[in-house]
This record gives sequence, structure tokens and C-alpha cells, in this order.
Amino acid sequence: MTTRLLARLPLCILPAVLLLAGCSAPEPWVKPYQRANLADPVMLDSRKGKAGEYIQHVYGARESARGAQGSSGGGCGCN
Amino acid sequence: MAVTDRRCAAVALLILLVVTGTARTATLPEDKVDAFYHRYEGGGMTIDGPSVLVRKGMGNQVSVSGQYYVDSVSAASVDVMATASPYTEERTEYTLGADYLEGNSILSLSYTNSTENDYEANTLYLGISQEFFGNMTTVSIGYARGWDTVMEVGNDSFEAEADRQNYQLGVSQVLTPNSVMGLDLEVVTDEGFLENPYRQNRYIDPSDPTNYLYQPERYPETRTSVSAAVSGRYYLPWRASVRGRYRYFSDSWGIDAHTVEMGYVHTLGTNWTLEGGVRYYTQEQADFYSDLYDFGNSQTHLARDKEMSTFSGLTFSAGVEYQWQRIPVPGIDRLQLGLLVDYLDFSYDNFRDVTASGDYLPGQEPLYGFDAWVTRASILFEY
Repeated sequence: MTTRLLARLPLCILPAVLLLAGCSAPEPWVKPYQRANLADPVMLDSRKGKAGEYIQHVYGARESARGAQGSSGGGCGCN
Repeated sequence: MAVTDRRCAAVALLILLVVTGTARTATLPEDKVDAFYHRYEGGGMTIDGPSVLVRKGMGNQVSVSGQYYVDSVSAASVDVMATASPYTEERTEYTLGADYLEGNSILSLSYTNSTENDYEANTLYLGISQEFFGNMTTVSIGYARGWDTVMEVGNDSFEAEADRQNYQLGVSQVLTPNSVMGLDLEVVTDEGFLENPYRQNRYIDPSDPTNYLYQPERYPETRTSVSAAVSGRYYLPWRASVRGRYRYFSDSWGIDAHTVEMGYVHTLGTNWTLEGGVRYYTQEQADFYSDLYDFGNSQTHLARDKEMSTFSGLTFSAGVEYQWQRIPVPGIDRLQLGLLVDYLDFSYDNFRDVTASGDYLPGQEPLYGFDAWVTRASILFEY
């Protein structure tokens, strides 16, 4: 699998190089001074601190699904 | 070929991100004390305790943190009552972490130790977060390694190991001045003793007065899971926001799961923030799960944990926060009080309640279900 992937690497890089050579890279379309709303605490889960993260521990002990939550930790306490 | 095409697209995107990345300094988290009391009550379980985190910057590039966390458990769940007696125990967790800022990158390192009388978990986490593309794109990569030791109360000769590795990739993308979306991918691998030494499963035995008997559960010694999530958040002009998130999960034990979440945040003046949300979760059982096996040792792997069954869960959540931005207390920049309440309701499709009163034949007991309340009261101040 890895060998096949390496063999196809030039095919992967080529489109990117052509893309970069053939046209200019897109400019960031949302300027820093336009991001006040995005920085507002109502847009951030982190405004709730660790208390907000705790609910993931509750789910982790009662559901089989895990991951893709952007946090890490260990232990259980879930009998 | 389709897989190769997707890999090509991913590599091209990565190259594009690296080449077009422009620098602007990222920021470290604020110095703060973040404490809360948590309480879970439902399904015969009560779990509560405190958590305290202290974070402090050291110069302009380093921020360190320490967290102390406790779960005090009083257990009389359906799993416990089926084959054992109610018990109490306590889990204590310590985390030490450090973040290092360099340009528009943040390197994070943390170590967590969790101790119970019959379980010890150690986790090392390393992560890096980098902003690209005029800071419209943030890419985060993380790796965690866990070393767990499983013990059993009343059996001093038993001790087993379980190792865990997490590989995380996250991309956050600003779309417009009012919207942002996120993609998360995580692969987790486990190896070692993955079952619970106390839990058992049941099988039909006509020779017993109850017509069934119990035997120890037996899980595979390896497990690999993949989860992928997409999320979005939109700012509303009256200083509020809506959010949505979907996660797909699949693992090598045959479990598939879907999670859908939606939420709304609303402000009242400059001090009050209210929020509400709903979450739906559903999963399919593990390949080797059964509520009632036909006979003893009928297959290699045996599990009757309700967490391995087919079930769904619905959560309604509400929260309120009050903050002072410029309080007249020397040394404190901001103070915030919060209260979060969640109501959880789980319904099981093929896990039966053997503790139900009544005279039932094996496999004819009512299906199990329970609800629970989760409450957190927090105080957070920045200094």
C-alpha cells in the first residue's frame, strides 16, 4: 500500500504545482479587522472553560463512539 | 482509484496550505483559575466532585497549567445490581500541561495521571496548532499515548495492561466574517486487556432455576476506531450564535455510530449569556455482543455491556453565565460564574433489564432505559 502511494506521489504533487504555477494563490478574503464577530465569546465553546469539556467525559463512559472532539485524557470512573 | 484521488487532493491541499501560509502571531490562553463542581445522577449512579485548573504564563512564549479533578462514585447501576452489590469509589486525576508559542504556532504538551483503587491511567499528549492563509485556516495535529493498568478489588493476583494511541487532525476554516467551519479526524488504537474484570454476560442454562447463568466477558485484545466530524458556527446580528455538528464513528468491533448536535447562544446585555442545545446519538452493536447467549462459551468473544449494544441517546442542555469585565478587585481582570444543566435519556434496543420485577422468561425481560441529570456550577477568573 505504501509503495503504491509513493509511486503515485508525483501524480499528487503535479496538480498542486500546476495549480500554483498557473494561477495566483487565492487571497485571504476575510481580513483581520472583519473578524470581531468570530472572536466574540458566543462563537467559542472555550468561554465555558473546563466545565464545558466535562460533558464529553460523561458521554465517553456511556457510549462506544470516541474521538474527533479535539481533546485528550485518560481514566474511566464509569462502572 | 477513488481513494488515490482523494489522497492526491489531500496532499495538494496540504501543499497549498503550506505555500500560501502567512504569519501572524497566535496567542496563548489567558492566565486564569477555572474551577467547577460536577454532579451526574441517573441510572443508579451518582458521580460528583470538584475540578480546579490554574494557568499561568511564563514570559511571552510559555504558558503552564495544572488541573486537579475528582470523581466520587456511588454505584448501583443495572450492571452492578445484576451480579454484584452497590459500592463506592473515588477517582483522582492530575494533569500538568505546557504550551509554547513560536510565531503562529503553538506546541502543547501535557501529562495526565488518573488513579482509582482498581485502575490507573497515564496519558501523554503532544499537539501542534498552526495558523495559515492569513489566519483564516488553523490546522491542529495531536498524538496521545496512554498506558493503563487494570486491577480487580478482591483479587490481588490480577493485574493487566492496556495501551492506547490517539492520532488527531483538525482543521478550522473561517468562511465569512460571521461563519467558521471545522473538520476533525481521529484514529484510536487500543491493545491489551480491554474488558471490565467485574462485568459478566449471561447464557441459557435450563438446569438453573432462573434458566440462565453468568460467565466472565471476553473482549478482543485490539481495537481500532475512526471518527470524523464536521461542524459549523454562525454569528447572528443580535450578538448570538447557532452551531451544528455531525460525527461519524466506526470501529473494528463492528460498532457504527452517528452523533448530531445543534445549539444556540444568546446574550442579554453585556453580562448575561444564555444557551440551549440538543444532541442525538445512535449506535449499532458490536459484532460479538449478545444480551443472552445460547450456551456457555458459545463464541470466542463475549460481551453484554450495554455500551456495546444497539441504543440511542437524546440530550437537552441549557446554560447560563454571568460575567464581570472590570471588577473592582485588585489583580482580577474578569470574573465569570456559570451553571450548565444537561438532561440525558438513553433507550436500549437489545439490552434487557434483568433486575425488572416480575416473572419473565430469559430474553423476555423489558428493554432497559434510563435518564440522568448532569449539573456543573463553575467559577472562572482571569488575572
